[in-house]
Amino acid sequence: MRRSGLIFLEIASAEKHPPRKFIHFFDLSKPMKKINLVLLALIIGSLFLSVGTVAAQGGGPESISDDEVNAVAEQLFCPVCENTPLDVCETQACKQWRELIRLKLSEGWTEQEIKDYFVANYGARVLDEPPLEGFHLLAYVVPPIIILIGFIILFRAFMQWRSNDDDAEDAKIAEASPTSTPDADEDDYIARLEAEMKKRD
Amino acid sequence: MLPSLGYGVLILTLLVTVYSVLIALVGQKKQSAAMIESARRAMLLTWPLLTISAAILIYLLVNEHYEVEYVWSVTNRTMPLYLKVTAWWGGQPGSLLFWGWLLSSFTSLVALRRWDRDRELLPWVLTISGITLAFFLALNVFFENPFKLIPGIAPTDGRGLNPLLRHPGMIIHPPMQYLGFVSFTIPFSFAIAALITGRTDDRWIRLTRRWTLWAWLFLSLGLVLGMRWAYDVLGWGGYWGWDPVEISALMPWLTGTAFLHSVMIQEKRGMLKHWNMILIILTYDLVLFGTFLTRSGVLSSVHAFAQSEIGPLFFIFIGFTFIVSIALLIWRWSDLKSETEMKSLLSREALFLLNNLLFLSILVICFWGVIFPLLSELFTGSKVTVGPPFYERATGPIWGALMLLMGVAPLSGWGISTVKTLGRAIWKPALVALLAPIWALAAGVTNWIPLLGFTLVALVITVSIYEFWRGAQARSRKSGKNFLVELVNLVKRNRRRYGGYIIHISMVLMGIGIIGIEMFQTDTQRHISIGETIELAGYTVRYDDLEQFRHEDGRYVTRAELTLIKNGKEIDHLAPRFDIYPDGQPMTIPGVRSTLVDDIYVILVNWEGITPNSTPFKVYHNPLVKWVWIGGFVFIFGILVAAWSDGEE
Repeated sequence: MRRSGLIFLEIASAEKHPPRKFIHFFDLSKPMKKINLVLLALIIGSLFLSVGTVAAQGGGPESISDDEVNAVAEQLFCPVCENTPLDVCETQACKQWRELIRLKLSEGWTEQEIKDYFVANYGARVLDEPPLEGFHLLAYVVPPIIILIGFIILFRAFMQWRSNDDDAEDAKIAEASPTSTPDADEDDYIARLEAEMKKRD
Repeated sequence: MLPSLGYGVLILTLLVTVYSVLIALVGQKKQSAAMIESARRAMLLTWPLLTISAAILIYLLVNEHYEVEYVWSVTNRTMPLYLKVTAWWGGQPGSLLFWGWLLSSFTSLVALRRWDRDRELLPWVLTISGITLAFFLALNVFFENPFKLIPGIAPTDGRGLNPLLRHPGMIIHPPMQYLGFVSFTIPFSFAIAALITGRTDDRWIRLTRRWTLWAWLFLSLGLVLGMRWAYDVLGWGGYWGWDPVEISALMPWLTGTAFLHSVMIQEKRGMLKHWNMILIILTYDLVLFGTFLTRSGVLSSVHAFAQSEIGPLFFIFIGFTFIVSIALLIWRWSDLKSETEMKSLLSREALFLLNNLLFLSILVICFWGVIFPLLSELFTGSKVTVGPPFYERATGPIWGALMLLMGVAPLSGWGISTVKTLGRAIWKPALVALLAPIWALAAGVTNWIPLLGFTLVALVITVSIYEFWRGAQARSRKSGKNFLVELVNLVKRNRRRYGGYIIHISMVLMGIGIIGIEMFQTDTQRHISIGETIELAGYTVRYDDLEQFRHEDGRYVTRAELTLIKNGKEIDHLAPRFDIYPDGQPMTIPGVRSTLVDDIYVILVNWEGITPNSTPFKVYHNPLVKWVWIGGFVFIFGILVAAWSDGEE
């Protein structure tokens, strides 16, 4: 109960504070479109603040399909459940969050803005991977370093083994032994097969 | 009365186990055969004792003794008999008892062996297994007592087993997983016994060879059944979500698989003795680590771990066994020198070693991925999620490299192998394998990742079959006997090798399913009313009816009736449903049509609210996923071929 109460608060606060929406309008690239949108935003902005929710791109939240919501939700993890992607989480809390995504999409927010909003409100754990910054960089750096060290050790060991052993001759013999005739090739194969079986016995 | 008896027997078993371990240690120090025999008999006694304890628990579960907290927490009156029995491993105290019982069974089997040939090793094997058994029994006795009574008036009904655990897959999955986990204690005990006694030849490996294969079979089956359960019950359209619990079961499988390969090098070439010790120590401790991760609460938070009673103990026990094992290994380091050296980068043993490194690389990624959120919480105060994209991106190429090795290594020779010899052996199968990407291209696949994947799958299958054919044909030509007779003889003479090839084929069959779902899965979700349809991937799903009723076991069922249409023809009826159990637990069961080509998987998206006029459905199109399960069956067959007794020790 407490959790869902919190969620309602979050939705309410998001509706009361829509500054990100304006930032988004100014980010648009085409100048004319930008000016038009700024005007539009200015006109409806005050109304938006007082009323709470207004659809900016025509059509309300109901115009956003479940697939569009899930496309964003599947990149986020439920902030309250353990390791559950938001698109398939069954809790009431997550239902509310999906509706919040629908609302944001209907208001014209981009995927990245919605993800940033969730991170700002619930922390980096809502992302499906650690963010590429600070301490979290270690998540990406440590495994390749360890694996690389493993490969270097293995390669050096190989080189050492090879230098200990004069195997060039052996290689020549191995390459030369099965001659070009198929029968000789097969004899060699049978000999090897039998030898391996005997070795095991 | 009965609960007290059950608990009393549990305490007695712990005392007997501790006695067995101590008397074995003293007996070995004093070289007293009588003391060692006493330790052996004490260990044998733990099995009947634990069986009595477990039987009492099952009796209490079946006969609805809700005054016992464990019985109350995992059963209720509506549950059928088989679920009441399997509730034995449905909760923490019961599953720890199950762990102990399995380990006691396996240790008893070792104790029943003829001791004359391995009088040096076996007492130590019992000691090491006994220490592990004592640890689990102590957890049961002191912290997780399955016979604990509820204070005050006994409840008249129980809470019941989590509905998600009532699926047949979930009933078989935990015992398989535990069998796999617990079985690896035995080869570990043999390895440590070899280190302690200085018998550093490959005797311990030969003694545990078949055992390890069975352990690996159970571990693998546990994983596949868990995947199937997730696909059937969890209702998110997939079978593997890179969840830490799944990864904790995968990690010992990775080192176990590496171990199965590298012991062959020790047997054939007398090499990699240190490495095999490291792998079996890692496998054992990863088994404990996996149990620790799922049992301590550490996954939800490092603070939960600190508050959990058994978490810190597990941590200490893992640390203790790991440090002691590594110390023993260092102590015996010089005795474990290789008898021969690696000569060629393309020799079979070199490729096996590369395979080991790749498995260990996946382990590093998995281990780091699982512990990183905990480290983040510890050092920065905030948790992060390490989800599927991280693991898929990091491990994907390594799985691909492993497939390539499965295609190449069988054709390389022990000792010396060069590009020329390998090239001569591989060009024919490689040419045949190229048919796969050509076929895929013709079918419209243009993405290079699945094209490469299908090529590798085809290469492994071709090479494996080629090896069967080449061996049988060569022998048949030499002996003049029938090809099929020689094929059977070939497999019988070297079960592990040819069983291994069947396992390779099974792995890449699973690979087909994994490529299918990873690369080509599509889905759509819509609210529709009765009579309306949803289209996906050439299929039409028509919504015919919605039923809501109460099942006799108390759950409230919401079931949709759907018709699946393809090319205008009705091809199937699906009935996805959503159950709510009396305790409020929900369960989403998909409606699935499964063919070799694809699965249509429909769920009722209950969490969005259901009415006949606006019912939310999510439809998944999962190409080729059935090959995962087919691969699972082929895998079991391969293991049976490899591990079946052929009369030798």
